[in-house]
Amino acid sequence: MTDLTPVLSATWDAEQSWKLSTYESHGGYRALKKALGMDKNDIVQAVKDSGLRGRGGAGFPTGMKWGFLPPDDGGPRYLVVNADESEPGTCKDIPTMLSAPQVLIEGVAITSYAIGCNHAFIYLRGEVTHVYRRLMQAVREAYAAGHLGKNIHGSGFDLDVTVHAGAGAYICGEETALLDSLEGRRGQPRLKPPFPAVAGLYARPTVVNNVESIASVPAIIDRGVEWFTSMGTERSKGMGLFSLSGHVERPGQYEAPLGITLRELLDMAGGVRGGKKLKFWTPGGSSTPIFTDEHLDTPLDYESVGSAGSMLGTRALQIFDETTCVVRVVTRWTEFYKHESCGKCTPCREGTFWLTQILKRIEGGQGTEADIQQLLDTCESILGRAFCALGDGATSCISSSIQYFREEFEQHIADAACPFDHSASALFDYDAPAKVTEEAHA
Amino acid sequence: MTYDADTLAQLRKDADEILSRYPVKRSALLPLLHLVQSVDGYVSPDGISFCAEVVDLTSAEVSAVATFYTQYKRRPNGEYQVGVCTTALCATMGGDEIWRQLSDKCGVGHDETTADGKISLERIECNAACDYAPVMMVNWEFFDNMTPDRALRVVDDILEGRDVKPTRGPHKVSTFKETERVLAGFEDGKVDEDQGVGDPTLVGLKIAREQGWEEQR
Ligand SMILES: Cc1cc2nc3c(=O)[nH]c(=O)nc-3n(C[C@H](O)[C@H](O)[C@H](O)COP(=O)(O)O)c2cc1C
Ligand code: SF4
Ligand code: FES
Repeated sequence: MTDLTPVLSATWDAEQSWKLSTYESHGGYRALKKALGMDKNDIVQAVKDSGLRGRGGAGFPTGMKWGFLPPDDGGPRYLVVNADESEPGTCKDIPTMLSAPQVLIEGVAITSYAIGCNHAFIYLRGEVTHVYRRLMQAVREAYAAGHLGKNIHGSGFDLDVTVHAGAGAYICGEETALLDSLEGRRGQPRLKPPFPAVAGLYARPTVVNNVESIASVPAIIDRGVEWFTSMGTERSKGMGLFSLSGHVERPGQYEAPLGITLRELLDMAGGVRGGKKLKFWTPGGSSTPIFTDEHLDTPLDYESVGSAGSMLGTRALQIFDETTCVVRVVTRWTEFYKHESCGKCTPCREGTFWLTQILKRIEGGQGTEADIQQLLDTCESILGRAFCALGDGATSCISSSIQYFREEFEQHIADAACPFDHSASALFDYDAPAKVTEEAHA
Repeated sequence: MTYDADTLAQLRKDADEILSRYPVKRSALLPLLHLVQSVDGYVSPDGISFCAEVVDLTSAEVSAVATFYTQYKRRPNGEYQVGVCTTALCATMGGDEIWRQLSDKCGVGHDETTADGKISLERIECNAACDYAPVMMVNWEFFDNMTPDRALRVVDDILEGRDVKPTRGPHKVSTFKETERVLAGFEDGKVDEDQGVGDPTLVGLKIAREQGWEEQR
């Protein structure tokens, strides 16, 4: 049995948890004061030694990323926090920023100091008004208390923080598209190299990190590397937020050491709703290949999930029970990718269009046996050929669902109809209307 | 531009404030477009000219940016933007049925506005609230754990001119224009308003407390 380990979430139930005073009364900004007395290189080294890996999806070692910045040339360098949180299923950064925005601001201050940045940006998706209010206040309060601004706590270190709201585009979560968007352009990915560490925001050296990665830094500095590495597995250290959603009795945020299993999490979450059977789930959002009940005991760390054929991603565990039509879910995810494809490269722009057409045909009972092969072929022509990881991600749910549930695709084709009653999957009762074809996304 | 002198003066003052947040002018474009929507209720031709002038771009360049992002509206938007999440998880948990009933009730489809200009309806993508599925957003405030009945009541309230209250958010939803001003980066004094933290946000923390797990650390 793995214990939960609330660190980032530890103050979320405090009265007015989002206020600076609340955060400080729980030890907030102790880490910043400690960091300002340390050598910058020692902070980077501590984060390297902690084994912290990026919490935004790809799992790249955070300290190593900071280490890639070229030596100081006297010009500006930037920290940009990726708060775009838009990968379907992912819902961890929003509650963090709503309930405890100061832990992110403290992390921004420490990281900026460590990498020599004097102006940091937080790029927040635009569709969360109250979160933006909380972040703006957090920054304002931090300035007033001297945690940001000029000569922070007498250290000689200056830092400005700008919180920037996006305007609705999933692709702006991709780090180079995010930088273009932050520069006031259409959010389309850039060719790499050069990587952001060399030429990022305004073509200057830039670190882009996820909210949860940066929010984990104060605890590492405050409590030490050994404390952090005591959690997790061999190569996946520390704790992380696991977000359970869907057909589960108690959905929500479970902060646990990496390596916990879905079986353990489901136990705590009261199991699949109504005692129903688990059918499939995503370990890390809709861009990660689906898993089934075969994977209940797969340790949720980078290596184990990877060798079982998926990716830990953002630990967005979307749970679907036996009432769910996998073809319907995969079709809808694919419509998402089609809608969000930025259109820059042909494999993704055209591919997601055709995948959607074929899937809707199958779901609607007009598919043919050849369509399944056509899906797999189309996925193959996107995978590895798309300009950015959105295209690759779009194929994951399709190939994996055909791998595990091919007969369900075949049944839609053989019966010329969807065999499922969609109302059985809903969380409320309703009279299913006579089969209406669901309107397509715009 | 056809803005009257007072409106233009206020826009210029706000634009200066926005510009001061960035080392490079052009970065101000996204918040400026939100600002324009806070005045006109959409990205108007006047608004485009204004942004172009402020950041030294052509109107065509500004339009090319504005059309990339779904939050920028090309037609006057309703006073309340009602979005139903119909990405796979919410759709399956009931979002599709909520959408069907709301669309019936309002008599409009995706990206359309009711004749009285009150509601613009939209099928939205995952809004990072999946643990509260099915989810609806009104002017980008959370309406968590929706059912068709609850969603219809919200829409009724809006249509009949009553205030509506989100779940994780302020006491009442601001209008579309007021909201866009916040998204342009201007605080509105509602930050400490709160409806309590939802159960899904706290579920893991509560278990850890009950088990005495956090004390060990
Ligand atoms: C299509 C796409 C969307 C992404 N969305 C996000 C996001 O919303 N938040 C995030 O932190 N990373 C996102 N990423 C990953 C970022 O590109 C980047 O790897 C990450 O921000 C780096 O931070 P980390 O190392 O701290 O994880 C996305 C990547 C892709 C390809
Ligand atoms: S893979 Fe898709 S999102 Fe990425 S650059 Fe190509 S078209 Fe754009
Ligand atoms: S799928 Fe609806 S909020 Fe995530």
